[in-house]
Order: sequence, then C-alpha cells, then structure tokens
Amino acid sequence: MIKIDVDMTKCQHYGQCVFEAPTVFKLNEDDKLEYTATADDSERANVEAAIDVCPMQAIRIVE
Amino acid sequence: MSHPVVIVGASMGGLRMAEALRRFGYAGAISVIGEEPHAPYNRPPLSKEVLAETVSHDAVAFEQRDSTKDVNWIFGTRVQSADLEHSVVTDVNGDVHPYSALIVATGLRSKRLSVPNGALRGRHAVRTLDDAIALRADLVPGARVVIVGAGFIGCEVAATSRKLGCDVTVVAPGIHPMQRPLGTELAAEMQRRHEAEGVTFRMKTSVTDLVGTLTVEGVALDDGTTIPCDVLVEAIGSHDNTEWLEGNDLDLSAGVRTTNDLRAVKSTGEEWDNVFVIGDVARFPNPIFDDECRRIEHWNIPTETAKRAAQAFTGTAQGEFRPIPSFWTDQYDNHLLAYGVLSLADEVKLIDGDIAGECVFGYYRDGDMVGVCGIGMRSVVQSYRANFV
Repeated sequence: MIKIDVDMTKCQHYGQCVFEAPTVFKLNEDDKLEYTATADDSERANVEAAIDVCPMQAIRIVE
Repeated sequence: MSHPVVIVGASMGGLRMAEALRRFGYAGAISVIGEEPHAPYNRPPLSKEVLAETVSHDAVAFEQRDSTKDVNWIFGTRVQSADLEHSVVTDVNGDVHPYSALIVATGLRSKRLSVPNGALRGRHAVRTLDDAIALRADLVPGARVVIVGAGFIGCEVAATSRKLGCDVTVVAPGIHPMQRPLGTELAAEMQRRHEAEGVTFRMKTSVTDLVGTLTVEGVALDDGTTIPCDVLVEAIGSHDNTEWLEGNDLDLSAGVRTTNDLRAVKSTGEEWDNVFVIGDVARFPNPIFDDECRRIEHWNIPTETAKRAAQAFTGTAQGEFRPIPSFWTDQYDNHLLAYGVLSLADEVKLIDGDIAGECVFGYYRDGDMVGVCGIGMRSVVQSYRANFV
C-alpha cells in the first residue's frame, strides 16, 4: 500500500490530478477535492503523475 | 564512456525531463544546465499566492526525487551556443559540454518595454522568482501600480495588487483583457469583474515613454495623457530563449519546430535524431487539432513534452503524442479553468451557467469543439475534457 497526503492548505481544487489517478482523486459536487488516503502499490505511477501535474504541488506520497 | 544527456534549461521542463529519463529506463549520465541560480521551482504561484504572501525559494521549490539525485545540476550558467553537427554546447564560461542527446528546455523570457526614458528604477517583470521577490517588495498599500499588458499574468498581478491595497491601472492595446484566448464575451465579463474590484483599464492604449529621473513616476500614453506610477509591471509577453541555437540547421521562426515526437526538425524536413525540444519553446504538431505545429505555453506542457521526449529517446513511445492543453487562472474569487486551444475558435458560446455568475463557454472551429473554459463549475468544465481525448 502507498499512503497519500494532500496539503489542503495548498490545494486549490484545480482537479488536474483527477485524470492521472482517477481511483484516488476526484472533485465532488461542490468542486472540492476528495481523495483516498491509501492506494494499492500498483497506483504508484499514477499518483506520481498526479503529483507532477498538481499546480500547487500539494500532493505527496508518504514513505 | 558515452557522453551525458545534456538538458539545457533547469526549470520545470528540465526537472521533469531528468525524472522521465530515469522513469523510462535511461540509466546513464545526465547534466542539467540552467541560467537561473535557483534549483527548479514552480512558477504559477509567483503571480498569485506567493506574490500575496512572502516570497522565498522554499515556498515554490520542487521536491527532488531520489531518481535524480545523481544528476549533475549546473545552476547560474547560461549556455551560449550549440554545435549540433558535433554534438556539443558551450556555456558562458567557455566550458564545452559534449552530449549524447541534447534536450532544449530554455523556455521564454519576459519581453520588456522599449522606451526612450527607460533607465529608471521601479520597473518589474513577472517571470522568475527574483522578479517576484523584487515586485513583492514594492506592492505596498496605496502604491500606484501600472500594469502594461492585459494577458493572464497582467490580470493576475492586477488582482493580487488590489488585494494588497494598491491602486491599479492596466494599460493594453486590446479591447478587453484576455480577449484573444477567452473571446469577447467572457473577456468583457472579466473586465467588468476587475472594474468592480477597483481596477482601472486603459484599453486600446500603448505606452510611449516613462516619466521620472531616477525612479518611475509616471507612464506616458499614446493618447497624450500621463498616469502617475510608483510601480510599473511589464507583462507584455515573451521572447524565446533560442538564440543559443542559431547557426544550426533548425527552424527557429517561433520556438523550435519539432516532430510529433519532439525531435528538432532540419530545413530539409529530416529530424535531428538526438535533439529534443520540450516546454514553451517546442513547436510541435498536435493531432487532436490538426497537423499545424504550435507552441503551447501552458503549465502542463513542459511535463507532458518531457515525458514524451524521454519515451522517444528510450524507444518506449507508443502511438501519437496528443497532449490536452489545460490552463487555469485565479483572479479574486474567479477561478477559470480551460482545456483545449481556445484561440483556434471561430465561434464561442455560453453552454452552461450564467455569465453574471459561474459559467462555461464552448469554443468551436467549423462546428467542432476546440476548447472549453469556465468560471467556477470545474466539474462541468472537466466533463468536456473527454472531447479532446
């Protein structure tokens, strides 16, 4: 398992991460980010891609 | 021992390229040569969040991944020339760097006003961290800020300056701010929202000269008027950092022309097998839209082009390269998000919401959607992204 942390003081809900790792990140009905705190190891590459595309650089994998 | 891959440009594109080379299996040496003294950092906050708060490299630096710990980072060093026939670049100190592959990631620099009385303090650009630090220091409450240029950067600085209590005037030659990308209706609405926040627009107007002896005191306009100014922000576009590539067989007419795989193209139409171009200066064809080569100065493009160039270099690229351009901008509480290339449109129409509140516009060329942009309503905007996949 990998552990995912989003710094919600930085996150501006741009939702760019949603397309890189849709099983982890989504925008809810209020256009706010929701994410799962953990994901399968197989999601690592997708989460890393989501980290790359986050305009606020708010996402990280907790090692 | 073979020569390293040399990446020229140490901003986001250079960093993502180094990471992508490792991810797609290249284990050899990598050198990254950058002109700025800083390790790669994230630029979007420089005209928004960072400008409104404290400006420091720590606040915007990209986290360095383990995969690039062995990269040879050379900061504060400008590359002066390249000899593609002999696969070497030469830096400003005269040091010669032979390469196995060259990655062009030098991006853009701010265009500046050219005026007779230009040697004055108080002039600012908004591109680099050092620009932002210098500008932030001058944005004190009550300062009379004149922003030349009404593109996204100019408008973001206008919004941030208002929030900081400055008196703000925007001078630009167009009819409405951000009109070229957004279209008339949305641009006019954004102007109205800026005006409601207290920004003065002097549109259809150009700067002819500056007034002052040591420091900027005023801005002279082509309608004969002069407006008082303590802080001048020049947000009038950019120049390509491609001069160092001159003298080689390349098409440098706008950025560097490349193939769909981001290999630089010769005048014969052949490609340079070991020269790739990424980020703002890559002029590549995107089959989502047509076969025209275009530069796309959007934040996601350095990352996307770096990934593709690394795949092409390592022989792992599959299918066509079809990156979906995306941009966003925050001005006051207006959060704009867009996909596609809005400027290609011959027709723009409101497709959801209310122009006075949250709304979504569709951008069409010959009836086909080429872009979508909303104020708020992000989920709706995102639902149209599938049109470009």
